[in-house]
This record gives sequence, C-alpha cells and structure tokens, in this order.
Amino acid sequence: MTGTEQRLASLRGGQLPKTHNARTIAALATNPGCTRRAMLDAAAVDKAKVASRAGYPAPFGMSPFALGRGVAFERRLLDEPGKDLLMLLRQALDLDIAEVGFTDLNDVGASTDLAVRHERTRRLLTAAPDQRGTLFDHPLLRFAVGGRHAYLEPDLIAFRHDDTVHVVEIKSFAIIDDQADGAKVAAAAIQSAVYVLALRDLLGDRAEVHHQTVLIAPKDFSLTPVAATLDVRKQIGVLQRQLSRIAAIDDLLELVPPDVTFSLEPDGQGRPRRDPAGLLRDLRRVEASYAPQCLASCELCYLCRDEARGTTGALGKSVREEAGGIETVAKVLAYAYDKDPYPVPADLAEAAVILRRAATLRRRSLGDPT
Amino acid sequence: MTALTSLARIEAASLGQAQLIRTVRHVHISDRPLVFIPLGLAGEPCAPLAALVGDDRLEPQLLVVTSPLNRDERFAFAADLAGIVLGYIGSYLAGPEPPDNEPYPDAPQLIVPNAGGVAFARLLGRSTRFRPVEGAGAVPASVPVLGRWLTYLAERSHPSASLILTATGALAAHWATGQSAVEDENLATLLAWIAPPPGRSGADAALAAEDPTRCPPAGPATDPGFDRDVLTGRLTAIRDTRLAADLAGQRRAVAALRDDLREVLMPTWRLVWQAIDLLRTLPEAGHVADRRKGDRLSFSGYARYLAEGGFPQPRKDAAVDAARRLGRLEAEQQRLETQMAYDDPLVMAEYRMTGAAFEGVVVRAEPARLDESGKESGKKAKLRPWIWVETPDEVTAAPGTELRSPARPSQKAVVIDVRSPGEDQDGRTLVTLELRSGMGRGLTPAAGSVPEADDVVCYTTLTLDFQPSPEFPGREDTPWTHGGPPPEYVPAELDRAEPWDGEDWADDAYARAVVDGALVAGPDEP
Repeated sequence: MTGTEQRLASLRGGQLPKTHNARTIAALATNPGCTRRAMLDAAAVDKAKVASRAGYPAPFGMSPFALGRGVAFERRLLDEPGKDLLMLLRQALDLDIAEVGFTDLNDVGASTDLAVRHERTRRLLTAAPDQRGTLFDHPLLRFAVGGRHAYLEPDLIAFRHDDTVHVVEIKSFAIIDDQADGAKVAAAAIQSAVYVLALRDLLGDRAEVHHQTVLIAPKDFSLTPVAATLDVRKQIGVLQRQLSRIAAIDDLLELVPPDVTFSLEPDGQGRPRRDPAGLLRDLRRVEASYAPQCLASCELCYLCRDEARGTTGALGKSVREEAGGIETVAKVLAYAYDKDPYPVPADLAEAAVILRRAATLRRRSLGDPT
Repeated sequence: MTALTSLARIEAASLGQAQLIRTVRHVHISDRPLVFIPLGLAGEPCAPLAALVGDDRLEPQLLVVTSPLNRDERFAFAADLAGIVLGYIGSYLAGPEPPDNEPYPDAPQLIVPNAGGVAFARLLGRSTRFRPVEGAGAVPASVPVLGRWLTYLAERSHPSASLILTATGALAAHWATGQSAVEDENLATLLAWIAPPPGRSGADAALAAEDPTRCPPAGPATDPGFDRDVLTGRLTAIRDTRLAADLAGQRRAVAALRDDLREVLMPTWRLVWQAIDLLRTLPEAGHVADRRKGDRLSFSGYARYLAEGGFPQPRKDAAVDAARRLGRLEAEQQRLETQMAYDDPLVMAEYRMTGAAFEGVVVRAEPARLDESGKESGKKAKLRPWIWVETPDEVTAAPGTELRSPARPSQKAVVIDVRSPGEDQDGRTLVTLELRSGMGRGLTPAAGSVPEADDVVCYTTLTLDFQPSPEFPGREDTPWTHGGPPPEYVPAELDRAEPWDGEDWADDAYARAVVDGALVAGPDEP
C-alpha cells in the first residue's frame, strides 16, 4: 500500500470503501474547487453516513416507487435482451445484427474483489467476439480522479458490435411526445460521458468507444421502451476540463492535518465510536466550497450550507456577482451603507459605488427620503 | 437577477427577514381562486396519487387514488377532478354570452403551490385530452374536456398571465429572501422567510420548515421517507385486501390511506392560502387590470372554441404555430417589464441603475415655447415646450433620443442636450428635453400637461407604444427549412393510441412489478 493509499484508508477509518458511480463523478465535476468533497470521495468515505452522524443528514433519498419502476423497466428489457433491446439498438444505431450475446459481468463466482472484477471486465470486453454483437451488463470500470483511480460500478450496458463499443443507458424517466425532462437528459448525458471515458481508459486502442451513446427510456405514460441517441462529445470535453481542475489528491492531503479522520468504526453495540462533535470538528478542518447547487448533489450540503451562512455565495452565484464578488453579507452592507471604517480597497471601489447607488435607490423607492 | 434584488437578498440574509422587491402587486389575485395541490406517485411521469382542491379554504375536497398504477383508477380520478374544475370554470361562463370578440366579465384562476404543480397539470392534460369517450378504453365525457382545459391553462403559465399561478413564483416575484433562488422553490421555507411565526426570525423558521415530517413537500412528489414508511404499506394493504375480497379490511385500508394523505396535504393547503392572503396585502399595480383583460379575452376565446367542438391541442405544435407562440410570449414579456417599471418605482429604480431611466427635479420650464423654424417656408408654428431636469442618475441617452415619462405615457420627450456634472452642480446632470405631444391642440399647453419647475419627473427609453407583432407565414407557406406545410391538423388514432394498449393491465401486472420492485429495492440504493 502506498503512502497515499494508507492516508486515505486512515481517513476512512477501517470502513469498506464506497464505490463511485457515474452520478458521484458527475457531481464531483460540477464543483471541482471543493476540497472537502474531493477528499472524502478520494478516500471513498460514505458521505451520507458521515453527514448524518455529524448532525446534518442529507436531504435526499429516493422513493421506493421510483426505484421499483426503475427495476421493473430494466427487468423488462434485460430478461429477454434479444427482443426489445436488440430491436431498439438496431434502430438507434442503424445496424443489421440478427442476434446478440449477453454477458453479465457481475457474475464472478464468489469473488467480490474489485480488482478481480475489473480484470475480468477488461478480458471479456477485449476478447475476440464469438458473435457480431454482444451486450455486457455490469462492467466494473476505473476512473482517474485527482491522480488516483476510483472504481466505478456503473448501471450501464456496454454494447460491442464489430470493433465499436457503445454505451447504453437504461433510464426510467419518461419520454413524452419525443421530449423528456431536460435536467434528467442532461444528467444522463454527463453520466454517459463518464462511462465513455472510463471505457476508453479500459480498452485503450483495442476497440473504439463511440461518442454516440444510446438512451433507452419508457415512452409516454407506459413502460414500452424507446431509444434515442445522444452525442456526448461536448459533455466529455466539459468533464475532462473540470476533472483536470481537481487538484492531485496528494497535494490536497498535505493540507489536511495528519490526525484528521472520518472514521465511523462501530463500538460493541454497532454505534459509531466517534462522537458527533469530534467528527464535525474534523470535517470542518477540510475546506469546502459551497454553492446552492450542492443541495441537489452532495450529501454534505446541509453542513456546508450552515458554514457558509453569511456569505454572498450561499445566496447564489448571481447574487455574489451582482455584489461585485464581495464575499460576505456584512461587508456588502458595510459598503452599501457607507459604514465600513476602513478605506475601500481599490479593486472593490467600483463595486462599492454601485452598491451605494443601489442602496440609495432602494431606500428612496420604498419611500424613505433619507 | 439585478443589483437591486441582489442587494435585497443580502439585506434579507442579514436581517433574517424577507424584503420587499416590489412596492405594488403585479399579478392579479382572483376573489375566488381555485387552489389545486396535486400529488403523484414518485418515478411515474403522471400517476395521480391524491389532490386537495377547492375554492373555499374551509372546505378542501380530497381526491385519492387507491392504486395509482391502475389506469382505470387514474381516469376515475380525472373524472372526479373534472367535476370540480369544470364546475368552477363553468361558473365563469354562466352569464349571458358577450358579443363576439368581447370577453366574459371574469375568468378563472388556478393556483398551484409550485412549478411542479403546473408541470403536473400539463401532463395530466396530455394524458387525458385525447381519451376516447366511446368504444374500447372509453372514459367519462368530462375527462378529455378537463384535459383540454388543463393543457390550455398550463400553456398560459407565464409571468404576464394570471389564469394559472404558482404560489412560489408569485411570492418570489415580490419578496427577496435570505436563501438562494433554488431554495425559494420550497413553499414552506419561502413563506417562513416572508412571514415567520411570532418571535422567530425568518432564517430560523425556514430551517425548521425544511423538516419533511413537519412541512411535507408541496408536491407533486411526496417525501421519499413517507413513501417508504407509510405509503408502501398502505398501498400493499389495499391490494392484498382487494385480492382477498376482504371488503371490511379494504374499507379500513382505504380510510387509513385517505387520512394519511389528507395529513400530508393540509399543511400545503394552508400555506397556499396564506400566500394568497399575503399577496392581497399588496396594492394592485396600475396595469394589472389591462393584463387581466388579456386573460379574459384569451379564456373567452378558448371557451368559444371548445363550445364549437374544437380539437384537442396537438401533441406537438406545428412550426408556424410554435414560432407565433414564441413571438407572442416575447412581446408579452417585454410589455410586462415596461408596465411594471411604469407602475412601480422599485422596478424603475433597476432601469435607473443601468441608465435606461433617470429621475430628477425640473429646474426650469418654458411651457409656451413655440417652434417657428418653418415660418419662412409658410409652415405654422408648433408648440414645443422645453424643460430642464437636474438628476443625480447616470444619463446614457444621447441628444435626439425619444423618451417617455410614466406620469405622461403618451407624451414624447426628445433629448436636446445632456450636460455632464460639473463641480458646482453637486454631481448632478442637467438634461434639456423638448416635449412634442400630449398637450392638446392649441398653441398653449392644456393644464397640467407640461411639468412645472420643482416637479419630480422620471424619463425612460421604455415605451408602452403598440409594437406590431412580426409577420409569420401562413400554415400553407411554412418554409421547407421547417418541414414545409404540415397537413391540416386532425387528431388521429395515432394521438389517441397509448403504448400501453395491448399490454395486460387488467391483472395489475405493472402495478405488481413496481410495488414488488419497491419492496425489493433497499432504501439506500442510489
């Protein structure tokens, strides 16, 4: 085990690492400047459990009905992959394949070792195909984040035909009159981009992983599947750019005091040994970068929002920009009402003038003549 | 967001209390709105689970679907909802029919808690408006009519219209909170900032309101914890008692589900009415009645179209219709922004920030000034008063620009000269304006038509003048770039067919699959 691995394991405190999925990687890419998130994800800490123990349980969960619909829809397709699934892929990719093979990569006997499963995925995906088209379910991929490889257990099918691999995503949100919820399609596209990159990493030049991915979702108000292709070249570019901004984990680790840990190691009764206050203190020793968007994607959002109270960024990026980039609510108001005892720094002088003007106009328009 | 509303948000965060960003109410609030709070089953695009609906805050009507994945029950829910909604809409059409092109005296107003409520209405409209009323899969005749009205109303969801409103949208348009815009979509926290309980700050009340057991989500999605801990058990009990033909047990199970859903919906019901009360405390802006007339005309037109047996709205707009609709929305948005600025000094202040408007004091006026430059060529003298306005605002208008004043909207004022502030003028700009209309016919201005010295005046580049809408080709002239002329729209079998046709729904196969899937899947899975 390298020094970095050891350090990350001690942050995790003996707990099993939590595997990434495309959603967590996509979320990481939406806020690349957040050290706290990068660190916890690199150490594969279970953020939901940590947040909950620290007194800030994550505000999201998923309804069993939504999960049930997802399961029902996927089963319908995968129980007989040679039927609807093949037909949809043929239509979407304009192929003339008559039948497909199906390999479930989840099936590795008793082995749960991630490295073993990853190796098996690589071997089978690159083996000479005995059929023109083969579907691979549950591949185990790796993804480089911050200079380290994270295992990725995607909910995805890789479809290999001839020497080309397509990412196939099965989603249970509806496509109604050829339109789906824009936010959900955007999320699916960025997840597909993660898969494309991870598959390219796995296959190297042994097969082409196509930037055109296939989304399969239910049509209108039913469970009848329809397919649509997504060109994810733009998402791949965004993702690569954002991920390159995540500092190397080694550099981040240097900023964290050596005794920090997020261990939830249980005592005899199965309760975490660590008291919430200690855990919270250690979390706060790693810097976060909160924005309201975190509320939709990060399990630690309530903790970070609480810390960010009093900052303009917590009110939204546009508020902060309108306030000339000034970071705290107190400072903005001090400038706006000319109550700051210190001279305004030169780089904020223009912002201060605008704020004073806005404050005067607001006051007068509300009927205060002073 | 503008500098002024951002500053208001920052002030709200500092004071722990929402701040007004408008001095008057820019939206019409009906005397008798119909409040509609829909809940749907999570994961489904539009499977109604329950709704609380009514125009009397003391008597909400509760509709519940006991097996939300069964499509017969779905349409039975739609029929019950149609009974209430169509009755409400019909009450606005009850009087004598007005002459052609004249609106009915009033129009309905549907109020939903949030944007999700409008989306739900749109989807419920889509799933019901094509349903056949005879033959296979027939539904009660009111169901497709409800679908057309819900589609119509959802399409009219726009800040300049008030046939359908979201409580969150209407409140957030008038108050800035100390939380982010994303968090303002939560009706409970938004109201906590605006009207916290006595003795508490808005910030604290908003934190408390985030607890889903205390303030259940305003829908259409229910709290996942409620789904897991309560709803799954209730729906399974109803199914099991039904399969076992245990009538007494089934009645008990249904009653228990109704009680739970009422409990989940009632807090939102109270919040929506609280929002209505709060909005009513603001005086109505001057141009609201004008926009409301547009709503009445639109409503009356659609009612006539339906009465004449009009088709359901197509699944997709044809190219020309879509372009026309976009053009109309853009024009309405622009008119709304100008009207709001004319009605509300706080909105005008935003234009003063950017230089599109200025306010100041008239320091000198020549109300009787005549333009006699055309005299030699035999033209008559024209009344062209000049006024000099001193303003602390930044003035970006150049000489020759035509300006208007909200106090005299039809009077054209042309900038003659802008003198930038000198040291002696205390940072004020002096603007010379020539007035060119709105003063009566003679060579002396009508009383009050020209500002006098010491008057406070506001001038802006915004105008309420009628803007002709862009020309759109007729349907038959749709350019080839947009697919060429589409065939005449007649709802076809294709529109009516649902992909579920032919699937075996009779034995609840889908419902079983989803509920079983729900029981299998653990709560922690992503």
